[in-house]
Amino acid sequence: MALYSDKVMDHFRNPRNVGVIEDANGIGEVGNAKCGDIMKMYLKIENDVIEDVKFETFGCGSAIASSSMATEMIKGKPVSEAMQLTNKAVAEALDGLPDYKMHCSVLAEEAIKSALDDYEKRRQEEK
Amino acid sequence: MIYADNAATTKMSETAVKAMLEVINDNYGNPSSLYSIGQKAKEALEEARADIAGVIGAKPAEILFTSGGSEADNQAIISAAKTGEAAGKRHIISTKIEHHAVLHTLKKLEKEGFEVTLLEVNGDGLVTPEAVRDAIREDTCLVSVMYANNEIGTIEPIREIGAICREKKVPFHVDAVQAIGHIPVNVEEDNIDMLSSSAHKFHGPKGVGFLYVKKGIRLFNLIEGGAQEKGKRAGTENVPGIVAAAAALKEAVANMDKNAAYLTEKREKLIAGLKEISHSALNGHPVKRLPGNVNFCFEGIEGESLLLLLDDKGIQASSGSACTSGSLDPSHVLLAIGRVHDVAHGSLRLSIAEDITDADVDYIIKSVKEVVEYLRGFSPVWRDLVAGKSQFIL
Ligand SMILES: Cc1ncc(COP(=O)(O)O)c(C=O)c1O
Ligand SMILES: [Zn+2]
Repeated sequence: MALYSDKVMDHFRNPRNVGVIEDANGIGEVGNAKCGDIMKMYLKIENDVIEDVKFETFGCGSAIASSSMATEMIKGKPVSEAMQLTNKAVAEALDGLPDYKMHCSVLAEEAIKSALDDYEKRRQEEK
Repeated sequence: MIYADNAATTKMSETAVKAMLEVINDNYGNPSSLYSIGQKAKEALEEARADIAGVIGAKPAEILFTSGGSEADNQAIISAAKTGEAAGKRHIISTKIEHHAVLHTLKKLEKEGFEVTLLEVNGDGLVTPEAVRDAIREDTCLVSVMYANNEIGTIEPIREIGAICREKKVPFHVDAVQAIGHIPVNVEEDNIDMLSSSAHKFHGPKGVGFLYVKKGIRLFNLIEGGAQEKGKRAGTENVPGIVAAAAALKEAVANMDKNAAYLTEKREKLIAGLKEISHSALNGHPVKRLPGNVNFCFEGIEGESLLLLLDDKGIQASSGSACTSGSLDPSHVLLAIGRVHDVAHGSLRLSIAEDITDADVDYIIKSVKEVVEYLRGFSPVWRDLVAGKSQFIL
């Protein structure tokens, strides 16, 4: 039995949306090196739609796969919809994660929320 | 495929497989039976015991077969604790870098009221004999120190520690699971009272091990039942496994010098190659280390993803990262030698065996370099380090 599903391994081996958005208007970083997984999300939001998203991750296979899947799930979506993303949905889209790896998918949800918060804060400041 | 995780387990040697099959096919009697095929099995069992005893400088009567290293560690420690308790001694000394078979047994004893001192190690993973001497008290009933560490490969000054224990009249247990069959071990010369070993670490079968117990040291049962192993370990003996273990060990010891020289050369090549990776560091002692052990930390990356990508390249290795263990903390051994969490997560252990070639070594170095570089390429930790937003540790 493999540790991870084929879906997880696919996203781990070929992560989508890897990298940095130089002119991102929402950036979120969660996790810490102490626990072993760190995710950074870059969002480019226009007219309340996530036009582009990129990520950087320091972490295990499921952390990288969760980041990748999460970016795919919110790309092109309205901010209100992206706000609703849950780690459960990310894990399900990956055909499941081992129980003790669920915390890695929580980080993906939190990283996106953190980036959306950052976007919201910047907007408030602009006003 | 390059199997470089021999500290986790080894492939059985052909000699061991052959020995095992012979017993399974032709010598399947129960050693406790009085009829001839039972007695033939008994003979094979006792021959294996004598062979193993001979190899480590013990007497056959001092060898007790177990289900492996964990059981041997448990029985040794619990026996010494019970003996100590009867004499009013409830203090045990061990180290921070022991295997969980030792540490968890000590945890259990702590809950039962024993006091446990876990000695610190230095940056190379060495325990000093002086630290052991200083820690010994009137009520110390056991000192337990591993011969060689399973993660970082550091070989401890067992003989010197043993001499101190003899002088202070404190029983000395040694978890020699990673040492037996790989480096010279002699219970007499090394002043050892109890020693644990496991066959699957020296090309023998899994689920077989032994405990050496010096004559005069009292042993208590973990498993009750029949009178096997002089009443100290119930259960029909795993004769095929035990005979195969003895065959594997004899072979390993007969070739030890040759194997150790070969592996040390390959190990040094691997270490030299991996050192070329920037912001990396060797874990464990540079010289006092197991011939086949290489352990590195690479800053800015996480170990599990490194392992998975190496597996894709046909290289099987291991890591002390939290995410490979299912806990949130990285390896207690790496933390004990002073690696902070941030870098301890990015560790790689390669434990090589005699089948490794120069081409394999070159391929491993090339592959690790590629994967580390790739993972650093999208690591936010690495980005901050390179940008000067955080300080390099390695
Ligand atoms: C140092 C050490 N002690 C004990 C053990 C446990 O041995 P076994 O797997 O035979 O129970 C191991 C193996 O993982 C080990 O490396
Ligand atoms: Zn993880």
